[in-house]
Amino acid sequence: MFFLGPEEGHYALAFACVLALAQFILPLWGAARGIRLLLDMASRLAFAQFIALSYAFVSLIACAVGDDFSVQNVAANSAISKPLLYKITGVWGNHEGSVLLWALILSLCGGAVALLGRGLPLILKARVLAILGGVSTGFQLFCLLTSNPFARIWPAPADGQGMNPLLQDPGLAFHPPVLYTGYVGFAVPFAFAVAALIEGRVDAAWGRWVRPWAVAAWCFLTCGIAMGSWWSYYVLGWGGYWFWDPVENASLIPWLTGTALVHSAIVVEKRDALRIWTVLLAIASFSFSLSGTFLVRSGILNSVHAFANDPARGVFILGLLAIVIGGSLALFAWRAPGLSAGGLFAPVSREGGLVLNNILLCALCAVVVTGTMYPPFMQILTGRTLSVGKPFFDATTIPLALPLLAAMGLGTLLPWKRGHLLPALRRLRIAGVIAAIALIGGSFLLEGILPVLCAAAALWVIAASVVDLASKLGLRGGLHVLRQRLPRLPRAVWGSTLAHIGIGVTVLGITGMSQAQHNVVEIGLGETIHQGALDWTLLSVRQEAGPNYRALIADLSVSKHGRVVATLHPSRRDFESQHQVTTDVAIRTNLMRDLYAALGESHGQGSSARYVLRLHNNPLAPWIWLGGVVMALGGALSLSDRRHRFGAPRKPSQAVAGEGS
Amino acid sequence: MTRKSRRLWLVLSCLACFAVASGLVLNAFSSSIVFFMAPSQILREPPAVDRVIRLGGMVVAGSLKRSLEGQTPINQFDITDGQAAIAVRYEGILPDLFREGQSVVALGTYLKGSPFSASEVLAKHDETYMPKEVADALRKSGKWDPRFGKPPSAESLDSMARHDTDAQAHR
Amino acid sequence: MTGLTRRRALMTLPIAGAGLAGFGCWKMLSAMQDGSFDPRAIRLDKNERPIPDFVLPGIPGLGDGFDTSMLRQATQPVLINFFASWCIPCVAEMAALRVISQRIALWGIAYKDKPDDARRFVSRDGSPYRRTALDQSGMTAIDWGVSGVPESFLVLPGGQIAWHGTAALDETQFEQHVLPIAAGTR
Repeated sequence: MFFLGPEEGHYALAFACVLALAQFILPLWGAARGIRLLLDMASRLAFAQFIALSYAFVSLIACAVGDDFSVQNVAANSAISKPLLYKITGVWGNHEGSVLLWALILSLCGGAVALLGRGLPLILKARVLAILGGVSTGFQLFCLLTSNPFARIWPAPADGQGMNPLLQDPGLAFHPPVLYTGYVGFAVPFAFAVAALIEGRVDAAWGRWVRPWAVAAWCFLTCGIAMGSWWSYYVLGWGGYWFWDPVENASLIPWLTGTALVHSAIVVEKRDALRIWTVLLAIASFSFSLSGTFLVRSGILNSVHAFANDPARGVFILGLLAIVIGGSLALFAWRAPGLSAGGLFAPVSREGGLVLNNILLCALCAVVVTGTMYPPFMQILTGRTLSVGKPFFDATTIPLALPLLAAMGLGTLLPWKRGHLLPALRRLRIAGVIAAIALIGGSFLLEGILPVLCAAAALWVIAASVVDLASKLGLRGGLHVLRQRLPRLPRAVWGSTLAHIGIGVTVLGITGMSQAQHNVVEIGLGETIHQGALDWTLLSVRQEAGPNYRALIADLSVSKHGRVVATLHPSRRDFESQHQVTTDVAIRTNLMRDLYAALGESHGQGSSARYVLRLHNNPLAPWIWLGGVVMALGGALSLSDRRHRFGAPRKPSQAVAGEGS
Repeated sequence: MTRKSRRLWLVLSCLACFAVASGLVLNAFSSSIVFFMAPSQILREPPAVDRVIRLGGMVVAGSLKRSLEGQTPINQFDITDGQAAIAVRYEGILPDLFREGQSVVALGTYLKGSPFSASEVLAKHDETYMPKEVADALRKSGKWDPRFGKPPSAESLDSMARHDTDAQAHR
Repeated sequence: MTGLTRRRALMTLPIAGAGLAGFGCWKMLSAMQDGSFDPRAIRLDKNERPIPDFVLPGIPGLGDGFDTSMLRQATQPVLINFFASWCIPCVAEMAALRVISQRIALWGIAYKDKPDDARRFVSRDGSPYRRTALDQSGMTAIDWGVSGVPESFLVLPGGQIAWHGTAALDETQFEQHVLPIAAGTR
């Protein structure tokens, strides 16, 4: 590739860094002095920075595709024999490339604000872009100074070192971009919050501008988390979907604060209350996104799936975090007390419900943060090594999540400003009956008290959302009311209903998964394992040669009451050249349950050989991720609402108040 | 409702919620935190019987025995930290890269006089589990340079690293 | 006015919390860099422990090896250094070891190395080691609790391990950590 060599890419990256610095300084200066020219430059600089960075990124991809092994990053992570798709996705499958991707997405956010924020006041937009430029500068400097993806090695090896076979998976290839978009997306609400603090004013219009960005970032983060969870379910072969691993927690924490932000921004927009709190949440969401990555990359937190860590890099990121998070929180401490308090509302009202949602989400977040950070802090303070795992998180998060679910069903039915519990509860009679039936039925069917409560809470949320939607559509009033209201019902209402249903679906999936039956067995050919109503029979085991591995494939038949329901083919791949064995899980789903089988080691030869097998029957497992998709769809639907488009113009009544600073 | 009473209401609900949260956290800390122990520590001060602990150390070479109870595979091996060794009993599939002479972490409970009963075994050299540990040890040992990407697998280490130094020596 | 002051105090809480967390992280990072804190550490052993039993042959051409009893009977503190010819930090460490060997008895154990490679490696620019031994299988290293090379142990007369360094030694580290302990026993 003639114009896309590593030097060109490196140069483009340096150029983008200079542009980002200009994007940081010039608009802020222009806003302080009222220089129109500098304010106008903000958008152009954002576009230019995005273009320069895209050029750098495309160059890196070109190096990988063109097998330029003089580039260290390519030599270490690629190989001639690697399929084209994985050559491309391998670019962000390592530390350097992922930092570059991170910076690229950040500049994409800047470009999106510049493009879609036409309705924003000039000064606010310039400041938002300046903050984004500042964060970009930091990340591009990080990229250039400590993790340069374009570094050369000499002499260039003839072939690269390839990539971990485990990582050659389409799910994992597209997981990071989605997840990073979620993380980085919270930079935009963050920039809005900092800009509002500089300006010293937060109002309903600000709430309306921030919300679509927060919702968009939330959608991506939801998808990213769901994809990561799905990946560990079908690749790792342990039959689990969430391990409370630090990397997973690092994505869950901003998701919790982000969810709180999405909801509290509604209160700012509709009722002009909770302003300072919303600003803090916007700062917190991005701060948690950043620090989660920092903790994992620096090696302070120990994780299952992570890049190689390096304390020296950690120091740089920590400095960057100190500036970004410390600076914004210092600004918050300085300017927030001066912000005027917002509107009033009664405890029992839509606002009250949203406040309760915020409090519970933040408590959940605090619990997860505590559980994640406790071990390293304890180790440095007392020298004792300990770990906090699933039992801790189960014991703390579920009791907090249950009231959250209970409040979720009720909240959407309460009117703004002041409401009464009784009428709302009366409208939820049906949902209550469904939950009660689930409670009674569940206590016979399910094991343990928590799953029963979770199932009831999930059904309550789903039923309440449907009841709410039905009453907004006026289903009781007959067909002509429906015909009248259906086209006029805002998409945002559909979106929020869908997102709430998604939560319920996920919780049902988790509940189902807690009832999973699993066996680890060692059996010979023809033997049968009884698992509940299911009979697993090992029919045969065969060898097969793949392109760069040898596979051992087992043929299992699963039958229920003597009738074969499925045959599964779990396999075990031995990548001889890399001395690595991977387990290929076989999953057969009918959406109500997953049959899940993994093949372990084998002992003995010929007909007397015995094979270790992990056999699961996971009820409702697919619902966990299905719910995530439904949530993200709900978010996307509410984004498509005309009133929530990015940079929607202000209401005329607020236009006057919005000028000057 | 006045501003003051509304604020009071807010503060109270916040406090109540966080009191519940900290209660849950403290309760969970007292019962479900998992301490990391080495074999010699476990032998010196045996933990409570119902207490789950993480036992870390190296698998003693030649100690792994496999057996079957019905159709359940049983693995028994010794873990040592260089000062003491402790027997471990584990039902299930050992990680792909479990090897004698290498570091493992076993999660389980210990009753004095019987083997450590593990519910989970993580091989530290297992790239599918904790690549970072290996990576760190390898980096420290110079067998792997993070700038050159993924850590190599256990078997290929010696040959690869030797090849590197040879190349260096020839320069 | 008191309302405003209270509000100000409340609004500084987030930054105070973030500052504390940041300080803790900084502490951890700096402790990780000098090796005193390792979140992924396997062993928790206190440094004071007896040396394990071992008998090791010498590196051919470099004299006999040594064993537990020889180490126990040493009259001076001995610094045991595990190294390998294939290990790049060990190459880098050699310069510092030559200086250190002027001030303390330094014994080397070649870890999982070919005898010829080890001999060439040690004698290339003059050996810093008073005695050398070869641990070709790596089993002795396991007994000592070595997780990689280079690692060093300070053994006091009588065979107690008083200090364990898990990274390449340099002079500052030697002066800060090893020398005070060694000097205390003389």
